[in-house]
Amino acid sequence: MTQLALVIDLNVCVGCHACVTSCKQWNTSGWAGPMVDENPYGADPTGTFFNRVQTFEVGNYPNTETVHFPKSCLHCEEPPCVPVCPTGASYKREDNGVVLVDYDKCIGCKYCSWACPYGVRELDEQQKVMKKCTLCIDRITDQTLPEAERQPACVLACPTSARLFGDVHDPDSEVSLAIRERGGYALMPEWGTKPANHYLPRQKNRMHISAEELQRADNPLTKEDITVYTGEETLDDVTW
Amino acid sequence: MHPAFSVIFLTTLIGAGQGLFLALFTGQLYASIKLIEPQGAEFYGIGSVLSLLLLIAGLAASFFHLGRPERAWRAAAMWRTSWLSREVIVLPLMMAVVFFYGVFHWMGWTAPLFVVGGGTLPIDATFLLGLIGILVAFALFVCTGMIYASVKFLEEWHSPYTVANFTFLGMASGFMLAAAFSAYLGNHLVGFYGTWAVVFTLLGLATRGASLLRNMTLKRKSSLQTAIGVRHRVIEQKSQGFTGGSFNTREFFHHKSPEFLKQVRLAFLVLVFPVPVLMIGLAYVMESPTLPIMAFLIQYTGLLAERWYFFAEANHPQNLYYQSIS
Repeated sequence: MTQLALVIDLNVCVGCHACVTSCKQWNTSGWAGPMVDENPYGADPTGTFFNRVQTFEVGNYPNTETVHFPKSCLHCEEPPCVPVCPTGASYKREDNGVVLVDYDKCIGCKYCSWACPYGVRELDEQQKVMKKCTLCIDRITDQTLPEAERQPACVLACPTSARLFGDVHDPDSEVSLAIRERGGYALMPEWGTKPANHYLPRQKNRMHISAEELQRADNPLTKEDITVYTGEETLDDVTW
Repeated sequence: MHPAFSVIFLTTLIGAGQGLFLALFTGQLYASIKLIEPQGAEFYGIGSVLSLLLLIAGLAASFFHLGRPERAWRAAAMWRTSWLSREVIVLPLMMAVVFFYGVFHWMGWTAPLFVVGGGTLPIDATFLLGLIGILVAFALFVCTGMIYASVKFLEEWHSPYTVANFTFLGMASGFMLAAAFSAYLGNHLVGFYGTWAVVFTLLGLATRGASLLRNMTLKRKSSLQTAIGVRHRVIEQKSQGFTGGSFNTREFFHHKSPEFLKQVRLAFLVLVFPVPVLMIGLAYVMESPTLPIMAFLIQYTGLLAERWYFFAEANHPQNLYYQSIS
């Protein structure tokens, strides 16, 4: 089975919000739109977004690190938002694992948003239905587009290639490889939601050298030496 | 969580409606085995109308919670998985039972269908409707409670106490209303219903108190560390990605001070439990016709505060992502 997902590399995300704006642009004009803004130029603006970039500071000054953290629907393999929906508007696609909302069936009861621990569902204030990241379903399934463009808008927009897109069930895909070899992790694993989206942790370019790598602890000459030394030169002094 | 008045009224009104129906049938049950004075068609008929009005008012309030109320009929579809869907099915069922229970009493269609208990207990149609009504009323309490108790992310709600509280507090207010109704009519059932109302109020105090204690020492599963997956003890949010509000900052926060929450808790702990119990006791001694009505109104007001606090108290894990605007 296919499970499409994003893998977000926190090493290279610079927090530029290009994924946020490209997501809004693509989706507000497409199948999932409109993503309504209320009072956009007033004192208290608000609007619907499928993707947000948040910023966290880790550690105490001066040993701090800034983590830019893009956050959107994780397309869980066990989506808790789907079974609670009373109308069946919230569903997970059988063929590619994308979690979607049928806007024609949604009654806007907000129950699914309560059942999502990540807070990635937003009620559209004008359409009064629940909206969320579609993984640009209208784009990734569009066979008329060149294959390189059949990717979510946020992935195409990211200037640092912090967002990878692919099938996390295919062990040889780029995303599976990234998760496996670069320590990809899921958010809030304690809830058993099995998010399909993964995050790649920050990695520092540090070398870890242990004492054994500098001095051979298992030097066979030392091991087989049965001499009792009393302060004179040992085999270690002459054989390293 | 943001306490929405639509849901506060829905849960308290239908709770009282179900409780009143259970009270009416409890009265019929006791009267049928001659433990209390039997009542006429008006008592059950008007009582059922009261119960039905409460259920209808609750249903009407629930529509204000929906973004698209015109599609509400769709909500019955997913009863296999969704407690909300189950409630949507059981609530009209409850209304139908109460409606027919009232109609059969009012029309006097109470000729015994058969007799059990060695010729001592005649069973008529209202008796059978009442038995079905007990099942449906409890099913509705379970559905309403499970809507909240089944969401594991809201750890304050995810406990059997939630279902117990909805049930006992609903029954307490329903029996209290039955006592008030009896006092208004001037019949001799004030003591009978008042006693049951006190019993359910005390049971409600036990389970609500237990859930308050449980929630005080709740150990949260999620932390900012698991939310963003960075293993460090010091993490501070510097930006939530926008400066204005969003659905996430409106729906999941109550935007009131901790002091205000404490006041509401104190208010409902006083208004729901000791005050109505004392008033019912006093009404029994003084044989007052107005005190039971006051007792019901005060307890219902207290229940509104109780339900408000129930929502405000719940802390959603998504709030971890919205600690600081910028």
